[in-house]
Amino acid sequence: MDLSAYLTLAAILFTIGVAGIILNHKNIIIILMSIELILLSVNVNLVAFSTFRGDLTGQAFALFILTVAAAEAAIGLAILVAYYRNRGSIAVEDIDSLKG
Amino acid sequence: MQADAVFFWIFATILVGSALAVIVARNPVHSVLFLILAFVNAAGLFLILGAEFLAMILVVVYVGAVAVLFLFIVMLLDVDFARMKQGFVQYLPLGALMAFVVGAELVYVMGGFAASPKAALPATPSGTLSNTAALGEVLYTRYFYFFQAAGLILLTAMIGAIVITLHHKAGVRRQNIAVQNARTPETSVEVRKAPSRAGI
Repeated sequence: MDLSAYLTLAAILFTIGVAGIILNHKNIIIILMSIELILLSVNVNLVAFSTFRGDLTGQAFALFILTVAAAEAAIGLAILVAYYRNRGSIAVEDIDSLKG
Repeated sequence: MQADAVFFWIFATILVGSALAVIVARNPVHSVLFLILAFVNAAGLFLILGAEFLAMILVVVYVGAVAVLFLFIVMLLDVDFARMKQGFVQYLPLGALMAFVVGAELVYVMGGFAASPKAALPATPSGTLSNTAALGEVLYTRYFYFFQAAGLILLTAMIGAIVITLHHKAGVRRQNIAVQNARTPETSVEVRKAPSRAGI
């Protein structure tokens, strides 16, 4: 398979992730999962470029993206747990205490 | 058709299908399980591309840690998910429009890219190393500070997650190791003289 097949796949995956954020705008857990999908599509892009250009930099940066994504998921879910413990709900529309 | 093309189409089809299932599934547990399927198929694609180390990291870190963390949170929090699903159909046109615009932009950009002649020299491994060894050779030399920063980010995330979720309930008796270690026979044992046939 050539590079454009992988780039198209990554573009489709990214688009699905963006659509998921909009469609599930009330469910913050699905929003976090959509962000994971977007990061995965970026990784597919980086690894595909890395392979087809013979440059390992793409794989090194894909590794860094994996690191940041894992950290983001851990912090995000920890915030969710703390919020649920305090307010009893994690629906996005209920998270409005800063609205005044 | 070559074998790698066949496997590319298999993995790519399942990847796109499970990614769609992640965002349309009614039950968030199913969403997490489809997310796991998507990650496993992406790992298969990485294997085809020759990035074995990243494929294994994807399976171990993503499926093993992150996705299971999501599953844990979904099952831990007793949330009314039916209420959160409201507005899905209402926002479908907007979501489809945004997805179409973003996808069209991506395809447009993809059609006309070219590597800059001023781009940095590619980091190619020396000799015939395995993918893991070659990646390590690049990671520990050229991107050493990035690697250290990644470690720092993970440490920060770990401490942050612990600090956010840890809470001490009032009224729970806890072990106090300093007090335990400071005990001596004088403070903990009382010697009494018991008179015969009288007891204490």
